[in-house]
Amino acid sequence: MQKSLKLTAAAVVLISLGACASKPAPVVEDTTPVEVVDTTPAPTAPVVEEVVKPTGPLAGSLDDFRVNVGERVYYDLNNYRLDADDQEILKRQAAWLASYPSVRILVAGNCDERGTREYNLALGERRASVVKDYLVSLGVDPSRVDTISYGKERPIAAGSDEQSWALNRNGFTQIVSGSTS
Amino acid sequence: MKRILMALATAFLLATSIALPSAAQLQVRVTDGNFTPTPLAIPDFQISGADAAMAKQISDVVRADLASTGLFEMQNPASFIQKDLSLDVQPRFADWKIIKTDGLVVGAYEELPDGKIAVSFRLWDVYAGEVMRINGQPGRRLTTTPDNWRRISHKIADSIYQRLTGEDPYFDTRIVYIAETGPKLARVKRLAIMDSDGANQQYLTPGRNTVLTPRFSPSAQEITYMSYEGGKPRVYLFNIETGRQELLGNFPGMTFAPRFSRDGQSVLMTQAERGNSDIYIMNLRTRESRRLTDHPAIDTSPSMSPDGNSIVFTSDRGGSPQLYIMNADGSPRTCPSGGRDSACRITFGKGSYSTPVWSPRGDLVAFTKQSGSRFYIGVIGTDGKGERLLTEAYLDEGPDWSPNGRVIVYFRESRPGAGPQLWSVDLSGRNEQRLQTQTDASDPAWSPLLQ
Repeated sequence: MQKSLKLTAAAVVLISLGACASKPAPVVEDTTPVEVVDTTPAPTAPVVEEVVKPTGPLAGSLDDFRVNVGERVYYDLNNYRLDADDQEILKRQAAWLASYPSVRILVAGNCDERGTREYNLALGERRASVVKDYLVSLGVDPSRVDTISYGKERPIAAGSDEQSWALNRNGFTQIVSGSTS
Repeated sequence: MKRILMALATAFLLATSIALPSAAQLQVRVTDGNFTPTPLAIPDFQISGADAAMAKQISDVVRADLASTGLFEMQNPASFIQKDLSLDVQPRFADWKIIKTDGLVVGAYEELPDGKIAVSFRLWDVYAGEVMRINGQPGRRLTTTPDNWRRISHKIADSIYQRLTGEDPYFDTRIVYIAETGPKLARVKRLAIMDSDGANQQYLTPGRNTVLTPRFSPSAQEITYMSYEGGKPRVYLFNIETGRQELLGNFPGMTFAPRFSRDGQSVLMTQAERGNSDIYIMNLRTRESRRLTDHPAIDTSPSMSPDGNSIVFTSDRGGSPQLYIMNADGSPRTCPSGGRDSACRITFGKGSYSTPVWSPRGDLVAFTKQSGSRFYIGVIGTDGKGERLLTEAYLDEGPDWSPNGRVIVYFRESRPGAGPQLWSVDLSGRNEQRLQTQTDASDPAWSPLLQ
C-alpha cells in the first residue's frame, strides 16, 4: 500500500512537469450529479419561550417622571386654564414630588407661534405660574419650584397647523436636580 | 423745480391725508396707482485720475438708496445724451429735458493726498434750469476714509432725499435684528446688525443664549434687548462699540420687552412676577426703577411718546390684547371717550393688537394686529382714530419706525413654515420691500440717524 502511494506521487510530479511544458490542460466539466447533504444537526431540545418582565424606568428617575407621571399639561388657545386632564397630571406630579423630596423642578410656560413675541412671553409666564400655583396648592413647597417663560421660542412640534400649535401650548415640568438618575 | 416739488407734494399729501379719520376712502387712494415716481438722473460720479470702480460704487449706493424709497425713478444711463458733465459747469438742460428727467445729480470723486476720499455733488432742477441749494449752499463736499465710502454715499443720498421731499433723512442708519439659524425645534438666535441697505452685516452675540427684541438707544451706540443668559430671561444693555453686555436692574422676576425712553436716560420694560406682567421704568444713571402699571392683567410692550409724556402699551385687561395709552408718570388721564382712567384703550377693531411703537413724529402708533388667521402691520392715531392696515401675511410682526417716521420695518413669515425675513413698507402702504439678510431674521429695530 505504501509503495503504491509513492508511485502515484511520482506520477503526479511527472504529469505536472509535463503540464508546465505544454499548453494548459482543458477544463473539463464534471457532469456527475452533486449530492446535496443536509448538514443541519438534528434539534436536541425544544426552544423555550421566556417571558421577559419589563423593568420600566428606575423609580425616582427622570424617565419614571416622564413615563409614569407626565411632564406636560396642554392649554387651549390664548388660555392658561388647567382642565381636568391637566389637573390629574399635576396631582401625579405633586404626589411624585412628595415621594422624592430632594427633587427641584423648573416649570416652563410655552406658547404657539400664532401670537406676538412679547405678549407670548407674558402669557408663557402666566401659564408656568398657574402650574406652580396648582402644585403648591397640593402641598409642594414653593421653594422647590422655579418658573420660566419661553413664549413661542421653544416649540416641540415643528408643524404650522392646529395639531402642532396645540402641542406647543404647554406647561413643561422639568426636573432640575434631586432625581435618582 | 416746480415739477419735482409737485410730484413729491402729491406723494406726501397722499401719505399725510391717510392719517385723517376716513380710513376706508383713503385705503383706495393708496392702491389706486395715481402716484408716479419722480424721474432722477444720477450719472456715475466723475473721476480725475482717481479709482473709477470706487466712484461707480459710491454712485451705485446713492442710486439704490433713492430708488428704494419708491419715490424716485432712476433714469437709465443708456438714455443720457450729455456725456461731458462737469461739477462746475451748468449742464445742458435741454439734453436732460428731452429724456424727461426732473432732477440731475452731478458728482465728482477724488482721492486726497492724505489718503482720504472726497465726493462733491450738485443737484440740478432740470425744468427750472437752476441748481437746488442744500443748506443754503449750491452743492456739498464730503470727505472720509476710503473704508467708510458707504457712509459718504448714504449721506449724499440723504441730502438729496431731504432736499427733494422736505422729509428728514434716514439712509445713514443701521438696523439691529435677530439672526436665526438652525431647525425650528432648535433655533439659534444671535444679535446682528447691518447698514440700513443691508450692507456690513455683523453678528454681535455668539448664539449660545437665545436673544430677542433688540432696540436702539437714541445715541445709536447702545442696544437694549432680552437674553436667556444663565437660563434666566432678563433685559440687558449692549454697547456696540465695546461689545460689553450688562444686566439691567435686579428684578426678582423675568424682565422683557425693553425700549429706551426718548431721551435715552431710561429703559422701559416689563417684569413678570408670580405670573403677572407689569410695566416698569428704570433710570440708567441712578439704576432706580419705578413700577408704572399695577394690574392683574398682562401689561407689556411699552413705548414712549416723543415728548416723553405718554406711554403706549399692550394689555389684555379688556379680555384680549389691545393697545392702551397711559401718562408716563402714572397719573390719571382723560381718555378720548371723555372719562378719566389710569390708561385709555385706543384699539377697538376686530382681533387683537400688540407690539405698539410710537412714531418719531408723535401722531401715530404702529402695531401688529392679529385677526382670523392673518397678521397685519398697521398704524392708528393716538386718539384711536384713523386705523390703517399697511401689510398682511401669514405672520407680520414687530414694526419699528425709520428715524424720520416715513418707513416701517418689520418681520414676515410669508406662509406657514417659512422662516422669518425682514421687510419694510412706506407709511402710505406703498413700496413693500424685502431687506436681504444672510440668514432668517426677525425683531428688526431702526437706529437713529448716525452722528
